Formats: sequence, C-alpha cells, structure tokens
Amino acid sequence: MSKDRETIAAISTPLGEGAIGIVRVSGSLAFAIANKVFRDPSGQRQRELKPWGVRYGSIVDCETGEHVDEALAVAMPAPHSFTREDVVEFSCHGGVAVLTRVLETVIKCGARLAEPGEFTKRAFLAGRIDLSQAEAVIDVIRAKTDSARRLALANLRGELSTRVGRIRDNVLVLLAHIEASIDFPDEDIGVLEVKDMTERAQESVSELNELVRTGMSSRVYRDGVSVVLAGRPNVGKSSLFNALVGKMRAIVTDIPGTTRDVIDDWTTIKGVPIRLVDTAGMRKTRDLIEKLGVEAANQQAEEADLVVAVIDGSRPICDEDRDMLLQVMDKSGVVAVNKCDLESEVEEGSLIPHAGDKRILRMSAKTGEGINELEQALADLAVAEITGACENPVMANLRQLEALENAMRSMEESAHALSNSVSPDLAAIDMYEALFWLDQITGRSASEDLMEKIFSEFCIGK
Amino acid sequence: MLDYDIIVVGGGHAGCEAALAAARMGATVLLLTLGWESIADMPCNPSLGGPGKAQIIREIDALGGEMARNIDDAYLQIRLLNTGKGPAVHSLRAQADKDAYQARMREILDAEENLAVEVSHVEEILVSREGQVRGVETREGKVYLAPTVILATGTYLGGRVFIGDVSYSSGPHGQPASTGLTKILRNLRLELARFKTGTSPRIARASINFRNTKQQPGHILPFGFSFETHGTRGDQVLCYLTYTTRKTHDIIKANLSKAPLYTGAITGRGPRYCPSIETKVMEFPDRERHQVFLEPETRAGEIVYLGGLSTSLPLDTQREIVHSVPGLEDAEIVRPGYAIEYDCLVPTEISPWLEVKKVPGLFTAGQINGTSGYEEAASQGLMAGINAVLKLRGREPFVLGRSEAYIGVLIDDLVTKGTKEPYRMMTSRVEYRLTLRQDNADLRLTDKGFALGLVPEERYEMFSKRRRQIQDELARLKTTIVPGDAATTRHLEEIGTMPVQSQTSLGDLLSRPEVSYQSLAAIDKDRVKLPEDVTLVVEIELKYAGYIRKQMSQIERTQRLETRRIPRSIEYSLIHGLSREAREKLTAVDPRSLGQAARISGVTPADIVALVAYLETGSHRRKQDSGDADGI
Repeated sequence: MSKDRETIAAISTPLGEGAIGIVRVSGSLAFAIANKVFRDPSGQRQRELKPWGVRYGSIVDCETGEHVDEALAVAMPAPHSFTREDVVEFSCHGGVAVLTRVLETVIKCGARLAEPGEFTKRAFLAGRIDLSQAEAVIDVIRAKTDSARRLALANLRGELSTRVGRIRDNVLVLLAHIEASIDFPDEDIGVLEVKDMTERAQESVSELNELVRTGMSSRVYRDGVSVVLAGRPNVGKSSLFNALVGKMRAIVTDIPGTTRDVIDDWTTIKGVPIRLVDTAGMRKTRDLIEKLGVEAANQQAEEADLVVAVIDGSRPICDEDRDMLLQVMDKSGVVAVNKCDLESEVEEGSLIPHAGDKRILRMSAKTGEGINELEQALADLAVAEITGACENPVMANLRQLEALENAMRSMEESAHALSNSVSPDLAAIDMYEALFWLDQITGRSASEDLMEKIFSEFCIGK
Repeated sequence: MLDYDIIVVGGGHAGCEAALAAARMGATVLLLTLGWESIADMPCNPSLGGPGKAQIIREIDALGGEMARNIDDAYLQIRLLNTGKGPAVHSLRAQADKDAYQARMREILDAEENLAVEVSHVEEILVSREGQVRGVETREGKVYLAPTVILATGTYLGGRVFIGDVSYSSGPHGQPASTGLTKILRNLRLELARFKTGTSPRIARASINFRNTKQQPGHILPFGFSFETHGTRGDQVLCYLTYTTRKTHDIIKANLSKAPLYTGAITGRGPRYCPSIETKVMEFPDRERHQVFLEPETRAGEIVYLGGLSTSLPLDTQREIVHSVPGLEDAEIVRPGYAIEYDCLVPTEISPWLEVKKVPGLFTAGQINGTSGYEEAASQGLMAGINAVLKLRGREPFVLGRSEAYIGVLIDDLVTKGTKEPYRMMTSRVEYRLTLRQDNADLRLTDKGFALGLVPEERYEMFSKRRRQIQDELARLKTTIVPGDAATTRHLEEIGTMPVQSQTSLGDLLSRPEVSYQSLAAIDKDRVKLPEDVTLVVEIELKYAGYIRKQMSQIERTQRLETRRIPRSIEYSLIHGLSREAREKLTAVDPRSLGQAARISGVTPADIVALVAYLETGSHRRKQDSGDADGI
C-alpha cells in the first residue's frame, strides 16, 4: 500500500502535560483497528463505535488481551474529520507510559507511527486547510507564548501575506513600467525615470528589510529570549541560575570552576519564556576541560540576547570582573551584584563606567533578596527585545524568513544595477527573482521544494 | 484514396506558413483561399516585427518558415527598436510594401511542388462517425478529402464590420465573411468566443501636408529579419509622426454617442494594447495628445495608413478627426477605419500541438485561436503544419517549451490559460527573454528545423559555420589574457576603463559595461574579421554572462515541474484532494506536465501537491484498494 494510504497514529497531545492524552488514528483502517483494541469497560466484549458518539470503554492489547487503559473513544468518519479520512481518537490517561502503550497497541493492530506533521499534511492534501493555514498551524503548535500564539493566529488571517502583498504590488508596478517601455518603445506612455525606479526598488529593499527584522524578532516570540549568566568563577552564577530556574540543576560548590560546561534550561520569568544559560566562569585557566568551558562561555555570551553580568559583592572588583564587563559592554542586560547578604566591598559608583547601559542590581541568590527585582528587570528587557523597534511584528518561520531574505537580496541587486545604469530590462531579471521568492511566502507559486520544506516543518501529532 | 494529406483553409499568414511547412516536409497540401488577393494580406498595420514579434519572426526563420525572408524582400523601411535597452529586447520592425509582400508570397506558394492553391469558400468540415476529420466541402458542394485539416480562417469567421451605426457581415478589407464554419464549430461542441479588433482610416498620400509632421527615417543595419540576410536596403522610405490635438479629443467626446464601442453595439472583447482612439481619449482624459504614425502601405501607391488612429466612428466624424491633426488638415480618407467582430475558438480547446482535442486531425492556427497579429498567426501556422505532418507519420508532436522559444510561450499561454482578449505577444510574457533573443533564435532552433526537414542542407551549413565562429570566438576571448604592457594600459584608459590586474581575459574585460568588442580591437592582436552578426552574439554572451547565468538557474528551477509528465490516461475526478475548480480546469486543459498544470488559473499550489502525491504514490491503482476497510 502506498505511504499516503497507510493508516497512521500518533499521540496528539503534548507529552508529560495534562491529565488526559489523546491518541489519534487516521486512515482507512482506523475503524477496523478501533474494533480490535476497544472493548467495553469490562474488557470482555467488543465495543461498537458510533459516528460522532463518545464511548467509554477500555483499550486491550489485541495480542495478549492485556488491559492497557480505560479510555473514551470518538469515531469521525470520512470526510468529516481533520484529515478527511476515517479518524478515531482515544482520550486516555495523560501519562507518557500509558499513552505510549496505547500507541503501541494501535500500531500492533495495523497502524504505523505518523511522521512529523503527517496529519496536517493529509489535511492539507485533502483540501481541508490551505498552505498558509497549514504553516500557521505549525506556528500555533510551536508558539511558546501568548504573543506568539496571537501572531500565529494573525498569520492564519493573513497578516504576513498582506504585508508581502504590498511589497509584491510595489515590485509589480516597477515591472509594469519596465515592461511597458519595452513592449511599446515608440509610444510616449510616461514611464518612470530610471532614477525613480531606483528609488522605488530601494524602497522595496527597506520594506523587505523591515519585514525580515520583525520576522526575526518574531522568532524571539516563538522561541523565547536567551539569557546568559556571565562572570568570573565562584561569584554565584550557578546559585543565581538555580534561583531563577527554581530547581537544583547546576552543581553548586564552593570550589571555583565547578561548572565546566554550559548548562541551560527553559524557564518562564513573569510569563516570558527564557532560555537561561549558565556558563563556566570566565577566567584564564590551564585546566584543559575548564578552558573549553570558558571558550564555550564566551561564545554563549556572544550569542545570547541578554546577559546577566554577575559580580561578587563581597569582594573588591578585580581585573577579571572588568574584562568580563568589557566583553559584554554592548549587550543589553543587567549587572547583578550578588552575595549582598555579606558585607559589601563593591561601590556602585565604581561599577557604573563598566556597566554600559545595564542596570546595576544588588541581590543574594542565597537568601533570595533582590531576585524578584532581577526577574522583573529581565522580563522587561526580554519584552523590549521581543518587540524591539517593530511596531507591527509579523510571524515568520525559517522558510519564510529565507524567502524574504532572498527577495531582499534580489531587490538590492536590481536597485544596484539600476543605479549603475544597467538597462531596466536586465534589472527586471532580479525583480522577477524577488517576485518568485515573495510568491513562495504567499503560496502563489507551486514548487516541489516548497512543499517538501513546508512539510518537514510540521511537528508530530497534529 | 484521399485527395491530399493536408488541407489548409485560409491563405493569411498562418495558412501560408502551414501550407509551406507541410509541403516542404513532403506532404501533399491543398490551400483553399477566398481569393488570391487575400494571400498574406495585411488588413491592419502594414508593418511586421517590434518587441516580442521580431523574436517570433526570427524563430520562424530558424525553423525554416517564410515570413522573415518575405519581409526582407518587401520592406519599405526597417528599424531596430529598444537599442537603448538590453540586448534581449532589441527588436526589428519593418514597414512592409504590402503589395510586394503579397506578391512574393504568392510566388513562393506557386513554386512549391507539393502545394496546390485553389480559390474556394469552405462551408463544411467533414468528420467521420468516430469524430475524426475527413476533409472539407465548399459552398459549391465540392468535396476535398484529407486526413488532416488546418483551419486558419482569421477574422473571417462570422465577421461583422462596424462603422458608426452601420454594421454588416463581412471579413476584413471588404472580403466576404464565413458564416457556415462558425455553425460547424458549434456543432462539433467546441466552445467559441467573440473578439473584436479595429483598424484606422487610410488616407491619400497627396493630400498630406508633410511639413507639419516629423520625419521617421529607417536604420542602416548589418542584418535583416532572416539569418540569410546580411544588411539593409538602401532605398528605404520615410514614415512620419504627428499628434492628435485637443480639438481631436473634443470631436471624439462630442460624437461618442455614435461610437459602436460605447453604444453597446459591439459586444466582442477588444485588445487592451491596441485601443481605438475613442478608448484612448476616454480612458486617459489627462493626455493632451496621442501619437499618429503615417505609414505608407506600398512604395508606389497612394495609400497611407494612420497608425494609432483606429476607430469605428461614423465616416463624417472620422473625417473631422483626421482634419484636426496637424499635417492632415486637408487629408482625404480613401478607406474609413472600422471595428470588426469575429468568432474564435476558446484556445483551451486545442492541444499544445494545435490539434483540436475533440476532433482528431483538425488543427487550428492564427486568429481562430484567439491571437492577434501577423507574426503570432504565422508562427502557429508553421507549428500546425509541422504537427499535421508528424501526426500523419505517427510521430511525436513538436512542442516548444517556454524556455526554448517565444513560440513556445505563445502556444503554452493559449492552450493553458486561454485568453480573454485577442492575444498579442509581448516580451513581458516571456520569463526567460534574456536567453530568448532575436540574435540567437537560430542557435536555439535551427537544429530542430533541420531535424524536421524544414531547413535545407545549404542553409544548415551556413548556420553551422556561424555557430562554430561564435563558439570559437567565445573560447578565444575567454582564454586570451590581456597583456599588462604600457600601450595596453594606455589604450584601456583611452576607452575609459580601468587598467587590468594580472590574468584578466579579453572576455573579462568585455563584461565591463563601458567596454565594447569594437573598442578592444587595438589590443586584440589575434582578432580575425568576423561577420557583425557573429560578434554581436559573442559580445552579448560575454557582457551579460552574469544575468544569463541567473536566468539559466531560474530555468533549471522550473525544469523539475516541466519535465514531470502527466499520463494521458489520468482521471482527475478520481484524485483525492483536488478542488472542484481544479478538477474541472485540469480535465478541460489536459496538461502534459506538472509545470503546465501549475500555470492553469484556478489550480492552486495545494492542487499541485495533491497531484504530485497522486502521481508519486502510483495511486492510480488506489481505486481498487479503497473501500476495503471502511466498515465500522
């Protein structure tokens, strides 16, 4: 049987969360499989499913007869389902182990494990949803914040398409002028001067640039903000890390250099998703492993969106502190003067010249003093980072960003050509290239690559 | 025993090329025309070429057609347009001596061995019970049998002429209309459309005050339309340019109630790119003037065509309009302008090789397929002639791709998208025009024309020599390193370009905008004298190499879809996931490739994905295994 005809199954709720998990089965065998695995509550007799009826019963291993879980089952006959195929959904208890057992049972009876995004792919192929909706579905699923979800929903309504459409129209106007001057050479039809064409092309470049930038920042919405803890060894970075993440993750000892590689974890601070990165202390070292850790730390500090520069408030500022502060000078973030439970040896005034634009906060990871202020400051900065200077952020996924960047590059090349007296009909080649990429975003043009790219983005279970 | 292999109905530009191509490929051909005076007639502008059209004429020439040689022999004036723009859009245009043009074409037809021409009015297409074409029957009841028929009937099909409130059944130029054929096409269950076109008044040359107009001379060029032509004529005549005035526009506005275009008398759809003067004035009220070109129709004759002044207003209004134009104050109209409505096929009824899908053996070419223009017609005639012969011989049809020729774009557009107005070729319709230039049409197509048996041995040798010269010179320039001596440096500075670093080739130098092939002569010691049409191609290929590369990668990107064939047996109604509109359109157009399918309006990317999924999974066999597990 062809791959697209096979009956597929997957756990379609997030693993490890919620009291209930759903195992979804879609395809021509869905009902037959349900008949094999779904029994009455006693597990003795077969339990008939009725279209659209919710049935209570138990799931039984079809080979061993073993009771797997009790469940509610819903049957949705084709074409009135998400995939427009026969679909059965089993609502089971939410634990990973139980859900996996149910899934295994279903697979034993003839379904195969769905590939990432396969349900959505089938829904798309069945004409149930269109391309941009399909992509928005991915984004809705992946959204880590409410703002991200809002943006993804806006995409479902066509926010990105609208803005791309405006740029596309602008390029089309340019092309119309160029084409008209070519096809009607001896008619005085009032074509734009090359200088004006160049300007318009440059306008499109800046609009695309803006879109790329806001699209980039929308990735922050979706993926969260990364915050790196920087500082020389034993200033209490790991303690701060634990205080922020709220669990004992990094090993905390008194021995400097205990954290030898980069540790990171997701946490939510004041509702903002943040990837918190703890690093090896930044110091000169001969220990090879620690040295690698320090290099990784520098790299992390470089790549992170925000930095918390940690200083030991109980000791005078040393050269290593100053080096570290200099290194993160241009980054936005906070200077955290830790260990304020001990006697202070650090004057705020002496820190100011090294802090850049960063606020200086005193705290104690040990007692929890000042941690709330730190969290608030980080959340504020993260929100600023997310919204940036963009008034109208749009949600763009990697594929769309790449297309936007390609379109921008092509428009840049056309503007460059026009300003260098290259004939407009040649500059038009780059404009058509830009159009091609813009159409890839709105789904106006079909290419197999596009489809492949899109479907590899889908996540499992929906 | 059949009378002929192929019958061509209509002797216009499409009919002539169709008949000649088929006869030259060895088929026996009968060309039926309404009269010798309509052979290769130019009932509208007496001119050929221009952007998009010049490229088509060159392609016709490369494939062994006649139009290029015929115009080279019969032009009054020739110009190269768009020279201020890139080489892709340089386009020849010629004013024809239309009498000379027709006379030469008649001779060519006459001289063709396998070709007979008869004057006759075809009233009936004979179709067998199985729906296969059998031949034609004339108004007089005479039957000609042939397994293939090419319809190239132009605007004669159900033609109706409008001048003011006067309208009558007619073909162009006062020729009779053909009314029977329309009925026949309907009986064959073919979908028809009604289009409209128009033409300008003709005036007497002696009545023009030329001093109030601007002269437009021809150009001296190293080539003509045909690749066999190596220069331009010395005896070119002048054309003239003048403009409408505010008074002209006032007259038009005052008489709009008499314009059939505005009274609703004309329902057919006209071409947007070729509007009547009344449309121009009404749609662009801010324009203070519109151009009027004075184009002589023949070298010796008295008739001058008024390009840009197409109208169907009543004769007395036409007279007023003409007299309001500087230079035409006393002009005498010898033939009024008129609008003409005609029937044509909805071109999605025909296949990419121009055969009517519902009637095997019946081919169509030219205005009947919804196009406008002599060049568009001629190219279709050529392709229909070729494909009729290939069909008789049981061979694969000859179809040109969009990345191969303007002709490929033209036919693909027609049969894939159809057209809502008379279709005229424009360079903007062509995605890959930098690689589809008039200067390289022979390099693109002569091999194909030769393989079809349309390009004679002698011509092919000439072509091979030119191709070799181009290749050799390209290779030489790319590998010849520019010397770094003082004299060379001085020369480069003189021609306004930077001195070279080490290892710069002459080819590299040529890619600089300010450097021309000619300007490098002094430092190119090994250069041998080559024909200008050779160095032209060489220079373009080197100078625009960067853009050509971009275009090539654009072409490659689409090839995956273009080369993916859709089996003829496909049944769209069985494909899961197609929208109803897509299903209908795909069934109607019956595309050959996924690329063509994707171009059909109303077929979305989602439909294409569904189609890909269907084709890839071999799910034509799906039907059998569905329904086996549906029971609850």
